Amino acid sequence: MRNPLEAVVEGVRERGVETGERPAEADERTTERSALRRLLDRDVVQSAPFWLPPFLLMGFFVYAAIGWNFVISLTDYAGFGTIDYSTLNFENYRAMLTDPGMWAATRNTFALLVGFTLVCLVVGLLLAILLDREVRFERTFRTIYLLPMSLSFIVTAQFWMWMYNFNFGIVNRALGIFGLGPYSWLGDPGLVLGSVIFALVWQFSGYTMVVYLAALRAIPDDQYEAARVDGASTARLYWRVIIPQLKPAMVSASVVLVLFALKAFDFLYAIWGYRPRRGADILATKMVREAFNKQEWAYASAIAILLFVLSLSVIAPYLYQQHRQGNL
Amino acid sequence: MSEGSNTPGPVDPGARVGEGSDESRESDPSAFTTSSALRRVALYGTVLALVAFYLTPIETGLVTAIKTSEAVRTTLPFLPPGPDGFTVEKWVYAFDALSHGMVNSMLFTIPSTILCAVFGSMAAYGLTLVDWRGQIAVLALFIAGIFIPYQAVIIPLSEFWSIWMNLDERLAFLWALPLLEPHHATILELIVTHTGYGIPICTILFRAQYKTMSWEMIEAARLDGASLWRGYRRIVLPLSVPMFAVVFIFQFTQVWNEFLFSLTIIRSVGDPAASVTLILSGLGEALEGVDFPLRMAGAFIAALPTLVVYVLFADQFAEGVRV
Repeated sequence: MRNPLEAVVEGVRERGVETGERPAEADERTTERSALRRLLDRDVVQSAPFWLPPFLLMGFFVYAAIGWNFVISLTDYAGFGTIDYSTLNFENYRAMLTDPGMWAATRNTFALLVGFTLVCLVVGLLLAILLDREVRFERTFRTIYLLPMSLSFIVTAQFWMWMYNFNFGIVNRALGIFGLGPYSWLGDPGLVLGSVIFALVWQFSGYTMVVYLAALRAIPDDQYEAARVDGASTARLYWRVIIPQLKPAMVSASVVLVLFALKAFDFLYAIWGYRPRRGADILATKMVREAFNKQEWAYASAIAILLFVLSLSVIAPYLYQQHRQGNL
Repeated sequence: MSEGSNTPGPVDPGARVGEGSDESRESDPSAFTTSSALRRVALYGTVLALVAFYLTPIETGLVTAIKTSEAVRTTLPFLPPGPDGFTVEKWVYAFDALSHGMVNSMLFTIPSTILCAVFGSMAAYGLTLVDWRGQIAVLALFIAGIFIPYQAVIIPLSEFWSIWMNLDERLAFLWALPLLEPHHATILELIVTHTGYGIPICTILFRAQYKTMSWEMIEAARLDGASLWRGYRRIVLPLSVPMFAVVFIFQFTQVWNEFLFSLTIIRSVGDPAASVTLILSGLGEALEGVDFPLRMAGAFIAALPTLVVYVLFADQFAEGVRV
């Protein structure tokens, strides 16, 4: 967008900074201006005091830590000793392949990611369309739907443990009216993952709604009018005209939702501690258990690298696509 | 978009005044009225049912938190207790258990929120309003930093703080001072850690605003001889005040609610530096089962600061999560 202008301003700026700041030096520019001065005037260097300190702090904690984690995953660090970096191999990665718990955790992770993301996208879309239909007190409703997202996983886990309580919880009481249940929502291996997904959708569908609402507001009103003049039904209007335009919002919301799902560890830990019920163990909980419960540090860091690669495979294409579209 | 004339004003009145839209709407008003009234009823019915859905877990928690253990068994989970089943004893107990965790959480949440916001704003300025080659690569690293699963860093993190830095011994000279205690070393570790991992999202939040700012304004200032620093202080900072509010609210909520770093850096619920989420995760656990009223009371006390912030600044929060 600012490309054509950029070249012009670039040219002006090259001279501008010096003439403005140091008129005396500007005269003897050609002889006196050393390579060093030119370097110091470069925008990279001038802007470095602003972005470099945060970048280094962030880079250390994020990227250096991941690199370090990878090195640890090549050692055989376990127990309470110190790390021995002398022999490095991929033994932990091979061990992952033969660990039956790994397969279960990977399968559950994907089920959670896919189930949670899809349901959130659909529920959020419905919420957004409802609130976009000129509902009175729309702001209040939006605030209520988004409210659970402001709560900690540890807090919402308490609420849902009570909701799902076998004897006294609301879910079983309500189903009891219809002669169903009671079900062991947080105990039955076939149900636990579904229960967790339901609770997480409760917590995060408000987020999807906010993303969609912003996209819906950006659609010009005359499109609705035009479709109505053509006699299209409301359902058809949304299906054919509006929803296709929400695709970018959908993509970015899915990326963020996948990452929320990867963080679902907190929620599972608050309910079950280090050992989730069979059927609800995901890679994130397994990793923390191997590390802080069993002191299998090296093996845990290998699982952590797997998690990192998983999220990278979601982020990298997204970032690349955003870059291609000039959204970065 | 709307069916009846009884609806409140359209979101964007300007777009409605255009030719054609009015005629199409009022072409046959009588045909619309009954079916549109029915639709409005269905619409509001759905919206209100959803309100019930989103508030039920919170409501049942609230009424349960004021029940005696006996009333929990005998009353319906969503109804408040009768006068003989009412007690605030659980709140008192939960507050006693959580209060020092609240203090600890405040001690690391507020400084790291401020640091994140300041660093984020500076980084966004250096990466947006100053144009240089290679910016995109640095920016991509910032963005990817938001999406890191924290599991990938917690082992090096605990290694770094507990073995390499060992702050509580290095800073031992400080603990003799009034108000400072050895567990504040852990608080300091949490401040630095949360700042490090909060910088990426704060940078992107500020950048979303700075991208829309007039780049020429900064350029003009620079042509007038203002340094980058003056351009930041005089032009960018005053314009960023609303975004600072968004970032404060978002980041405060994030750090307060965080759990995994507490688990890896503080480790034990009994640690004097234990955060509020860490204590809550182990509250009311006993062999005879979970004390639900106590848990619910604890959950509300732990959530209180974020709830207050959310209710007061819901718009800023929505803005923060949207970007």
